[in-house]
Amino acid sequence: MSQQNLAHEEWDMVIESKHSLFDLHLREVWRYRDLLTLLVRRDFVSLYKQTILGPIWFFIQPLLTTLTFFIVFGKLAKIETGQTPQPLFYLSGVVLWTYFSECLVKTSTVFKDNTNIFGKVYFPRLIVPLSIVVSNLIKLGVQSLLFIFILLYYIIFKDYTVEVTPYLLLLPVMILLMAMLGLSLGMIISSLTTKYRDLAFLVAFGVQLLMYATPIIYPLSNLKGRAFDILKWNPMAPIVEGVRMGLFNEGYFNFAYLGYAVAVSTVLLSFAVIVFNKVEKSFIDTI
Amino acid sequence: MATAIKIENVSKVYRLGAMGTGTLSHDLRRWWAMSRGKEDPYLKVGVKNDRTDGVDSEFVRSLHDISFDVQQGESLGVIGRNGAGKSTLLKILSRITGPSTGSIKIKGRIASLLEVGTGFHPELTGRENIYLNGAILGMRRAEISRKLDEIIAFSGIGKYIDTPVKRYSSGMYVRLAFAVAAHLEPEILIVDEVLAVGDAEFQKKCLGKMKDVSGEGRTVIFVSHNMAAVKSLCQNAILLKHGELAASGHADDVVSMYLGMDDKSAGLSAFFQPLDVDDVHIAKVAFKAPQAEIGEPITEGGGAELEIDYTIANGQADRYHFTFHLYNEAGEVLFGFSPTRENVGLKNGKNILTCVFPDYFFNVGTYYLTMLIVKDRKNVIKSERDIAVLKVVQKAREIGEWYGREPGYLIPSFQWIHDK
Repeated sequence: MSQQNLAHEEWDMVIESKHSLFDLHLREVWRYRDLLTLLVRRDFVSLYKQTILGPIWFFIQPLLTTLTFFIVFGKLAKIETGQTPQPLFYLSGVVLWTYFSECLVKTSTVFKDNTNIFGKVYFPRLIVPLSIVVSNLIKLGVQSLLFIFILLYYIIFKDYTVEVTPYLLLLPVMILLMAMLGLSLGMIISSLTTKYRDLAFLVAFGVQLLMYATPIIYPLSNLKGRAFDILKWNPMAPIVEGVRMGLFNEGYFNFAYLGYAVAVSTVLLSFAVIVFNKVEKSFIDTI
Repeated sequence: MATAIKIENVSKVYRLGAMGTGTLSHDLRRWWAMSRGKEDPYLKVGVKNDRTDGVDSEFVRSLHDISFDVQQGESLGVIGRNGAGKSTLLKILSRITGPSTGSIKIKGRIASLLEVGTGFHPELTGRENIYLNGAILGMRRAEISRKLDEIIAFSGIGKYIDTPVKRYSSGMYVRLAFAVAAHLEPEILIVDEVLAVGDAEFQKKCLGKMKDVSGEGRTVIFVSHNMAAVKSLCQNAILLKHGELAASGHADDVVSMYLGMDDKSAGLSAFFQPLDVDDVHIAKVAFKAPQAEIGEPITEGGGAELEIDYTIANGQADRYHFTFHLYNEAGEVLFGFSPTRENVGLKNGKNILTCVFPDYFFNVGTYYLTMLIVKDRKNVIKSERDIAVLKVVQKAREIGEWYGREPGYLIPSFQWIHDK
C-alpha cells in the first residue's frame, strides 16, 4: 500500500499516548446509553436483595436522620428554622443532602470499586458515574414521596398552611445542579485516589463537615456577620435555599445567587470530566 | 486487502514496586520537564523486560517500540513467554490501558475476550446478566434481545435462565458467559487464552466459534501458549521477546522459532546435582531430542533419548544396575524400564549410557523420571525422585486438523495390515 493511500485512510479509532484533554468521547458515551440503564437496573435489583425490609430502607434512613436532627438541633440546641415546622425543614434538607452526598461518595470510589471490570473490558468509564447519579435520582424521587406524605400530615392534622411558590418550578434545575456538583467532586476525588489514596479518608468525614457548612440544619438567614459572608459562597447553599424558597416561601434566594451556583457547577463539571478522562486511560497501571 | 489495525512504535512503561511516597515528587519532576518541552525523564530509564534478570531501574519497559500491521480478515497469533509483553499488548489494543508512546489505529468495532463473564452480578438472573454483560461488551439492548434465544440455546442453560447466577455451578456460569461473548459480532476480535479454561468440549466450542469468526472475513488476534492452536487458527504470527518484536511472519515459521529459543525456565533438566552412592557417581541424567543438544524441545512423534553420564569406581560395575520409573504429572507411574532387561550391563569407569525411545512413543506432556540404583541385584541403595524431566511439546499440525491433545500418555505407532 502506498504512502498516499495511507494518509487518506479513515480510521474508526486512534489510540495515542498523548491526546487532547478535550477529546472526551462523548459520542461513545451516547452509544453506550443502554449500559447506563442496565447498570441502574442492576443497582436496584441487587441493592435490597436478601434484606427483610427491602425498599423500605429508602424511607427509614431519612426518617431516622430527621428524628435525630429534630431532637439534637431542634429540641436541645434550639436552632431556629423560621416559620417552617422543624421536621419538614430537616426532612427537606436531609433528602436533598442525601442525594448530593450519595452522588459524591459513590462516585468517589468508582475506579477502586470497578477495577475488576475496568481491567478487562473497555467501555466509556464515564457511564459508571452517570449511572450512579441516575440511580440516586430514583432514590431521591422515592424519598420525595416520603416528604409529600409528611407534608400532607402537617396540612391535615396540624393545620399547617403550605405556601408553595413558583420557585418550586426550579426544582429540576436544582436537582441537576446537585447532581453536577456531587458528580464533579466525586469524579475528581476518584481520579486522584487512583494515585493518592489519602483522599479516600478525607471523603467520609469531609462530606459530613460539608453538611454543616451547608444550610441543612439551619436557614442561611440565621447566620450573621463573617459566618454568613463565608458560607454563602458554598455552591450548595443557593440550591438548598432555593428549594426551601419554593416549598416554604422562606429562604435566602435570588437569581443572581442561582447563577453563581450554575457557574460553579458548570466549571467544576467540565474540569472533572477532563480529569476523569485523562485518568481513565491509564489508571489500571497505578491502582 | 485493507489494514485493520496499524500499530506504530508502541511502548509501555510500568513502574515497579509500591506506589508510595515518591509519587508526588515524580509527578512534579515529570511535569517540570514536560512543561519545558523536554521528554518525560522517566521514560528513558526503562530497561528491557526480562523478569529473570536483576532489574535496577524502578521503571520497566513492558513493550518496546512495537510496530506491525494487521490486515482485514487476517488471524494473527501472538506468542512469547510469560512476561514477554503479550498481555500488555492486548490490554493496549483493547483500550484498558494506554500506551506510553506510539499510536494504534483501528478500523472497525473491536471486542476482546480477555476474560469471559466480566461484570456478571451474582444476584441477577441469567437473563438479566446476559443483558448486562452484553452491554458491557458493547452490544446494544435491541441487539441482545434479538440474539437472546440464540445465546440461551448456545449456553445450554435452559430452564435455569431465570435463576440468579450465584446458584449456578461454575460450569454453567462459564458456559453462559462464553455464550454472550460468542455472540458479539465485532469486526476485530481479541482472544486471550480462552483455551486455558474449561474442559475439552468447551475448548472445542471456543475454537470452533473463533474459526467461524475468521472464516467470515473478520480479524482475529489470538494470544496463546498452545502452539498447535496458534498454528491451526492463525495464518500469521508475531513473537514477542522481552517486550520487543522478535519475529513476525508465517505462523509455522514463527512458532518453530519460538520453540527453538533457549529456555531458561526449563532449567530442571539443565540444572543437575551430581549423585554419589558407594562406587557410583552420576554426573548427569537428562532427556533430549535425538541428534540435538539437551534443552532443545522434544516434540511428539519425534522420538527422545535419555542420557545417563555415570562413573563406576573400583571395577565394581558388575555389582550395580540402574532401574527407572516414569511418572506422569498426576504422580502415577507409567512404566518401569532398565538396561538389564535388554541385557545391557554397566561398565567400569566413565561412560555415557543412552536409552533410545522410538519416534512414536511419548504423548504431549511432562513426565518425571525416578532413578533407582541397585546393588547386588536386590538392595536399592539409592532412589532419586524427579531426577530428570521429560517435556514433550506439540509438533506442527496442518490447519484444520484437531488442535487438542490425544488422550493418554503414549502415542505408539503400530503396524496395520489388511487381510493378514
